[in-house]
Amino acid sequence: MNMIAKIPARRRLILIGNGMAGVRALEEILTRAPDVFDITVFGAEPHGNYNRIMLSPVLAGEKTFSDIVTHDRDWYETNAIELIAGEAAATIDRDAKTVTGANGTVRPYDALILATGSNPVIIPFPGHDLPGVIAFRDIGDVDTMLAASRTGTHAVVIGGGLLGLEAANGLARNGMDTTVLHLMPTLMERQLDPVSAGLLKKDLGHRGMTVLTEANTKAIHGAGKVETVELADGTMLKADLVVMAVGIRPNTALAKSAGLDIGRGVKVDDFMRTSDPAIYAVGECVEHNGAVFGLVAPLFDMAKILADHVTNTAETPYIPAVTGTRLKVTGIDMFSAGDFTGDDTTDDVIFRDAARGVHKHLTIRDNKLIGAVLYGEAADSGWYFDLIRRGADISDIRDMLVFGPGVAGGGDSGVESLPDTAEICGCNGVSKGRILTAIAELKLTSVDEVRARTKASASCGSCTCNVEKLLQFALGDGYDATPKIKAMCKCTAHGHDAVRAAIVERRLKSIPAVMRALDWVSPDGCASCRPALNFYLLCAWPGEYADDARSRFVNERMHANIQKDGTYSVVPRMWGGVTSAKELRAIADVVDKYDIPTVKVTGGQRIDLLGVRKEQLPHVWRDLNAAGMVSGHAYGKALRTVKTCVGSEWCRFGTQDSTAMGVALEKMTWGSWTPHKTKMAVSGCPRNCAEATIKDFGVIATESGWDLHAGGNGGITVRVTDLLAKVSTEEEVLEYAAAFMQLYREEARYLERTAPWIERVGVAYVRDRLSDAGGRRLLRDRFLESQRLAQSDPWAERAEGAESHEFRSLATVE
Amino acid sequence: MTETAAWTRVGAIDDIPILGSRVVATPTEDIAIFRTAGDRIFALYDRCPHKQGKLSQGIVHGTAVTCPLHNWVIGLDDGLAKDPDEGCVDTVPVRLEGRDIFLAVKP
Ligand code: SRM
Ligand SMILES: Cc1cc2nc3c(=O)[nH]c(=O)nc-3n(C[C@H](O)[C@H](O)[C@H](O)COP(=O)(O)OP(=O)(O)OC[C@H]3O[C@@H](n4cnc5c(N)ncnc54)[C@H](O)[C@@H]3O)c2cc1C
Ligand code: SF4
Ligand code: FES
Repeated sequence: MNMIAKIPARRRLILIGNGMAGVRALEEILTRAPDVFDITVFGAEPHGNYNRIMLSPVLAGEKTFSDIVTHDRDWYETNAIELIAGEAAATIDRDAKTVTGANGTVRPYDALILATGSNPVIIPFPGHDLPGVIAFRDIGDVDTMLAASRTGTHAVVIGGGLLGLEAANGLARNGMDTTVLHLMPTLMERQLDPVSAGLLKKDLGHRGMTVLTEANTKAIHGAGKVETVELADGTMLKADLVVMAVGIRPNTALAKSAGLDIGRGVKVDDFMRTSDPAIYAVGECVEHNGAVFGLVAPLFDMAKILADHVTNTAETPYIPAVTGTRLKVTGIDMFSAGDFTGDDTTDDVIFRDAARGVHKHLTIRDNKLIGAVLYGEAADSGWYFDLIRRGADISDIRDMLVFGPGVAGGGDSGVESLPDTAEICGCNGVSKGRILTAIAELKLTSVDEVRARTKASASCGSCTCNVEKLLQFALGDGYDATPKIKAMCKCTAHGHDAVRAAIVERRLKSIPAVMRALDWVSPDGCASCRPALNFYLLCAWPGEYADDARSRFVNERMHANIQKDGTYSVVPRMWGGVTSAKELRAIADVVDKYDIPTVKVTGGQRIDLLGVRKEQLPHVWRDLNAAGMVSGHAYGKALRTVKTCVGSEWCRFGTQDSTAMGVALEKMTWGSWTPHKTKMAVSGCPRNCAEATIKDFGVIATESGWDLHAGGNGGITVRVTDLLAKVSTEEEVLEYAAAFMQLYREEARYLERTAPWIERVGVAYVRDRLSDAGGRRLLRDRFLESQRLAQSDPWAERAEGAESHEFRSLATVE
Repeated sequence: MTETAAWTRVGAIDDIPILGSRVVATPTEDIAIFRTAGDRIFALYDRCPHKQGKLSQGIVHGTAVTCPLHNWVIGLDDGLAKDPDEGCVDTVPVRLEGRDIFLAVKP
C-alpha cells in the first residue's frame, strides 16, 4: 500500500465581479486559508478594484482616482490571483464547471462566487437613450460627468436620493448649473423625516443647486444629444447632461442564464449559497430572505459569512444588521439609521434649533431606541447607532436622550465614552473595542496603520476623526497627529524639506551626489525627483551648479512649449505688456518667413506663435533676438509675465505709473527659476484691471503708495492674494518683490505654487520674514546675486549653437 | 513581408547625451535612440502608445523613459508601458560596434 499522503491539489475558485463585495470576500478567504485556492477574477471594468463609495469625492474634486484604488494590479500579483480585467464573464457551464469570458477566455472552477453588483435603473422616458444621459455607478460615469462639466453649463439630476444628491453636489462643484428633480415631496424620504429633508433642501440651495420636488419628468429632448428635460407640468429645463439616479437593480443576468434561482436578486441561503451548492453570491446582486442591499456594511458582513463557509472555517448564519446612512457632501452633517416613520406603538423625541439648522428626531418603542435622524449636528451618531443596534433599554436616560452622551451618558461626550461594543466604522463593522485592541496589540500609531489592520475608516471615511480620537485616547501624548512625512517620490524615503536641508548642510553639489548621500533606491531617479533636485541644486549653489538639461521637462530643455502634435510654441517677452511697432513688425516677419500657422494674444499680455517645428526654433529665435526680443519663459517653472494696466500715464483713475512699475519688476525678475511658475501684476488703482489679486505677487497702487499682495492664482482652485505690506516708494516695491521671490525659491517645495505654499506655512510667517528689514535685504541680495548669473537669454545661446543636438535629427535613413 | 532589415550606421554613442535621446528620421516615421547612464543604447519608434507623444523628448531614467505629454513610463527594452498604464510601442533592433550605433531599419 502506498503510504505517502497525497498532497491535496489546490481548489479552483473563480470570482465574477471585481467590485467591493467580491474582492472583500477574497480578502476574507485569504486570511482564513491563504493556500487553498487557485483564484481567477473576471472583472468587467478594466482595472483593479476601487472604493466605489468614494466616486462622489472624486467627482467633487476632493480626491483623485488613484486615491481611491484599493487593490492595484500588484495586490493581485502578490496574492497570485489571476486578474482578467476588462473581460466580463459571459456564460457559466454548471455541468462542466467552467466560466467563459466575453473574449473567449475559459477557466474551470470548483467553487464560484458571483459578485456582479447591481445596475442603475434607467426609466425609459422618451429620449432616455440620447447621448448625454448617464447613470452614476462607475469611474467611467465620473469621467463623463467631468468631461461634460468642461464643455457644458447645465446639468439635471433625476432622483433626490443619496446618489443623486452626491452627483448634483459634484456637478455644482465643477461649475455646472445643477437642478435636482425629485418625484416625492421631500428629499431622501427613506432616510430623512420631512423637517430635516427641508433643511437639506435649503442647504443644497445655498450650495448653488436648484431642487425641484414633486417634479415629474416627462421626456428628454435633443437633436443628436440631450438638450432639454421636459416635466409633466410643461416646464422645460436646459440640460447638457442628465444623470439618472433613481435606484439600482441587482445584476442577475448571468445567474439567470445559468439557471440559478432568481427573485429580485440572486437568491442565497444563510451561508451565501445559491441554488447550486458550488456557486456562492455576495454583494448587491443577492437577495437574502426577500431583502436586497445597497450599502457596503451588510455586504462586508456577507463576505465574512461566505469566507467562513467556503473555507470550512465555520458555519455562522448571516443575520442582516441595522444600517446607517450619511450623505457625503462636505459641510452637510447628517446621519440616519433604523426606523423613524413611527406608528401607534412608538413615541418621537424631537429637538430643533432652527437658527443653527439642527434637527434631531429619535423614535422609541418599548423603551428602546429604534430609529434616529440627526441633521446639522451628527457627532453623536455613533452613540445613538450603538443604542439602536444593541436594543438597549433607555428608560433611565430617556429624558436626556436627545442631548446626547455628553448629558445622558454621564458627563463624557465623544468616542471615549462609548462602550467597547459601539461600532465606530459603519461600513466595515469595526467596533471601538477592536480598534483599541489592535492599537495595543499591534502597537499602531497612525490612522493609516489602523486602517490597514482593521479596515476602520477604509471605505466612506466619515469616521476618520473618531479613529483619530481613539488613537489619541489610547496613546495619550504618544500620539502625533501630524501626518507622516511624504516621500519625494518612490526613489527615496526622504521628504522635500529634508532633501533641501541636506543639500545645503552637507554641501551636496550634484544630482548623483544627492542620490548617493541620501540612499536613493533607483540608479538615476525618475521624472519626478530629478527636476526637483535640479532646481534645489540650482537655487542652493548659484553659479556653481551646472544645470542638468537631462533633468528638465521637455519645455524647459527646449525653451518652448511642446504642443499636442509635437510642434512648439514661442512666446517672446513683452516687458510689462508693452510693445512697439518695431517688435510687432519683427513678429509679423517671423510669422511670414517660417509660415507659422497661429498667432495668438495670450492671457499674460504677450503674443504666442504656435506650431513652430523643432528644427525651426533656433532660426525663429535668432530673428526675434535681432529685433531685441528675448525668451518669455512661458514654458518654465520660472518668472512668467508681469501684467500691467495703463496707470497714471493715461488712465483718468490711475494713481501711480503701474506700467513702468511692472516693467521694472519684470526687468529685475526675468530669467529666474522658481519652484513652480511665478506671475506678477501691477494695477494703477484699486479697480485692479491687471488682476493683481490672483497673482503670485501682486501690486496695487494707492494714493499714498503701493499695496503688496502675494499668494494668489487662477487655475482650478482660484486663490485671492493676502496683503503682505503697504509701502510708499518704488524701491521698496522692488526690495519686497525680490525678497519674496527668494523666500519662495528657498523654502517652497518643487511644483508648489505660492498659493499652496502660503496656505501651508501661513501668511503670518511670510509677513514676519519680510517685515524684518535686515532679513529682507539679505533675501533680496541673494536673489539679485542669483539673477546676475541667471539673466542670460537662453534663446540667444541656442541661436548661436548651444545644445544644437536638440534641434537636429541624428541621421536620416532612406 | 519577409524582407530582412539591413544594419545601418546612424551615428556614434557620443552624439547622444547621457540619459538623453536623439531621433533618426525614416521615410515613414521617426525612431528615437536612447542612451542610458550605463551607456546602453535602445531604440523605439518615437511615438508614445498613449497619444503619440514624442518619447525622444522625455526624461530617461534607468531603462525607461517618461513621456513628455502625460507622464506615461515606457520601458526602453520592451516598449511596454509600466503599470498602471497599458500599451506598447515597437522596439527597433539596435547595436553598438565600438562607439558606432547600428540600427536595423526595414527597407
Ligand atoms: C498661452 C496661455 C493661454 C493663452 O493663449 O492665453 C497659457 C497656456 C498654457 N497654460 Fe496657462 N496659459 C496662459 C495664461 C494663463 C493664465 C492667465 C494669466 O497668467 O494671467 C492663468 C491663470 C493665472 C494663474 O496662473 O494663476 C493660467 C493658468 C494655468 C494653469 C493653472 C495654474 C494653477 O496654479 O492652478 C495651468 C496648469 C499648470 O501650470 O499646472 C496652466 C498651463 C498652461 C499650459 C502650460 C498647459 C501645458 O502644460 O501645456 C499651456 C501651454 C500652452 C502653450 O504651449 O503655449 N495655465 N494660464 C497663456 C500664456 C500666458 C503667457 O503669456 O505666458
Ligand atoms: C456614487 C456612489 C456612492 C456610494 N456611496 C455609498 C456610501 O456612502 N455608503 C455605502 O455604504 N455605500 C455607498 N454606495 C454603494 C456601494 O458602493 C455598493 O453597495 C457596493 O459597491 C456594492 O458592491 P458590489 O461588489 O456588490 O458591487 P460593485 O462594487 O458594483 O461591483 C460589481 C462589479 O462586478 C462587475 N461585473 C458585473 N457583471 C459582470 C460580469 N458578468 N463579469 C465580470 N464582472 C462583472 C461590475 O463591472 C462591477 O465592477 C455608493 C455607490 C455609488 C455608486
Ligand atoms: S491654454 Fe490653458 S485653458 Fe487653454 S486648454 Fe491649454 S491649459 Fe487649458
Ligand atoms: S502621449 Fe505619452 S503619456 Fe500621453
